[in-house]
Amino acid sequence: MANPIPLRTADNATPDAVVEVRDICKRYGDVEALRGINLQFERGKLTTLLGPSGCGKTTLLKIIAGLVPATSGQVIVNGRQVTGPGPERAFVFQDFALMPWATVLRNVAFGLELKGMPQAERHRIARHYINEVGLSGFEEKYPHELSGGMRQRVGIARAFSVNADVLLLDEPFSAVDEQNRRKFQEDLLRLVDKERKTFLFVTHSIEEAVYVSDRIVLLSPRPGRVSQIIEPAIDRSAAPDVIRRDKGYLDVVEEIWQGLRQYAE
Amino acid sequence: MKLFGIKIPMMTSLIFWALVWEIVGRMDVIFLIPPMSSIIAAGFGLVQTGSWQNATLITLRTFVLGMAMAIAVGVPLGVAMGRFKIVDNIFGLWVNMFVSAPLSALVPVLMILFGLGETTVFVTVFLFAVWIIVLDARAGVMQVPPSLIEMGRCYGASRFTIFTKIILLSALPEILAGIRIGLIRGVKGVVIGQILVSIIGYGELFELYSRSFDMERFWALTIILFAAAMVLSAVVEHFEKRIEYYAGAR
Repeated sequence: MANPIPLRTADNATPDAVVEVRDICKRYGDVEALRGINLQFERGKLTTLLGPSGCGKTTLLKIIAGLVPATSGQVIVNGRQVTGPGPERAFVFQDFALMPWATVLRNVAFGLELKGMPQAERHRIARHYINEVGLSGFEEKYPHELSGGMRQRVGIARAFSVNADVLLLDEPFSAVDEQNRRKFQEDLLRLVDKERKTFLFVTHSIEEAVYVSDRIVLLSPRPGRVSQIIEPAIDRSAAPDVIRRDKGYLDVVEEIWQGLRQYAE
Repeated sequence: MKLFGIKIPMMTSLIFWALVWEIVGRMDVIFLIPPMSSIIAAGFGLVQTGSWQNATLITLRTFVLGMAMAIAVGVPLGVAMGRFKIVDNIFGLWVNMFVSAPLSALVPVLMILFGLGETTVFVTVFLFAVWIIVLDARAGVMQVPPSLIEMGRCYGASRFTIFTKIILLSALPEILAGIRIGLIRGVKGVVIGQILVSIIGYGELFELYSRSFDMERFWALTIILFAAAMVLSAVVEHFEKRIEYYAGAR
């Protein structure tokens, strides 16, 4: 059943690859979570890891983040091998991972606080990104006073404020309701455009993946492998509502669904 | 509270029962129950006596020392149990056993070990309070969300920083809840310890008053103790609520 499509591998690396994943395998005891993953991620692009649950997409993201060690293989970020978390990568968590005892401002500035940046400077940067994600006026609120969507905006502002080259987003919108999710996706596209960072995005929503991605990596489950890479060439200058009804957009959604439906029960 | 559509103030029930007590006392039914008014009068007299002040000093001293020790041992032990499996395996069984054990039964043994003095009472307070503090601190550390620790690692926190800035703060509401319950248990410990040792502090006074059938003073002392325990609990609860507010919904 494994019929891997020929991939671009490390041999013909594009010069602008920020993150390179080489032959990553991951086993949890007897369970093989990932097998032979080879991928590259270019600067300024948003790549989505998409697949059914159990395909190891979050595991792969955490290996790239340096939070989970790979069983074999290498991850190379900016030409250096990853051995743990590093300042050039920032992570956005599915459950937000905000400190409930700290204000929005302190949460956003926490990455900078850990770097030992003086308070005035880190608050200035944090305020800038709080404004960027549309949370001005909420600086002194606590996480439990915010809605789920607003909490994730705090998580995203925190990731931006450390000025990492690579942003790793682990199903960031899965705990956000549908209307806010769409607004969120639009805001994310604006930020991708503005910040010129490399985004790695994990989701299980096909529509979301097609809407936000420059490139979609489809993973197949048990063990997780790359089954297909799709580059939805969608004109992002159009209005969001136009894009969502665009034929090209809908065709890509359909194509991915055809690729994934074999895994649906 | 409302009764027959009329709003009645909170202290009403207290005043009502005090009145019933007063009437029963005046009727002279049983010598155990003197009128409330004379108990209160005895109370005011009592707090001016040197023996009461001395007993209070001893009680407070043993209580504060015992609690300080219980917190100083209980919180670090609970945190270590929550963090390290091996510590948990070593102490888990004992802590769970002692938290529900009838510790009063141990006091006579303590008397043999530590003599008929303040040390025994101090150890009793410690033993009454420490276990629940350990268990709550352990629970608090164990419920720290794994993603919060991953967040710390991602943004470059050292193990020590993760411990001080994330784990301890995250466990703070549970640690404080444990201390509050520990304080209440500690009050029981100090009273039970003193009564069983019975030659120091309030234990001596209780012994003296009940033997000489001085019921006014006996009840006055009881009421003072009850009130002190309630005030103590309320103070910690107030402090705890503020922490809970910051900790908010997890």
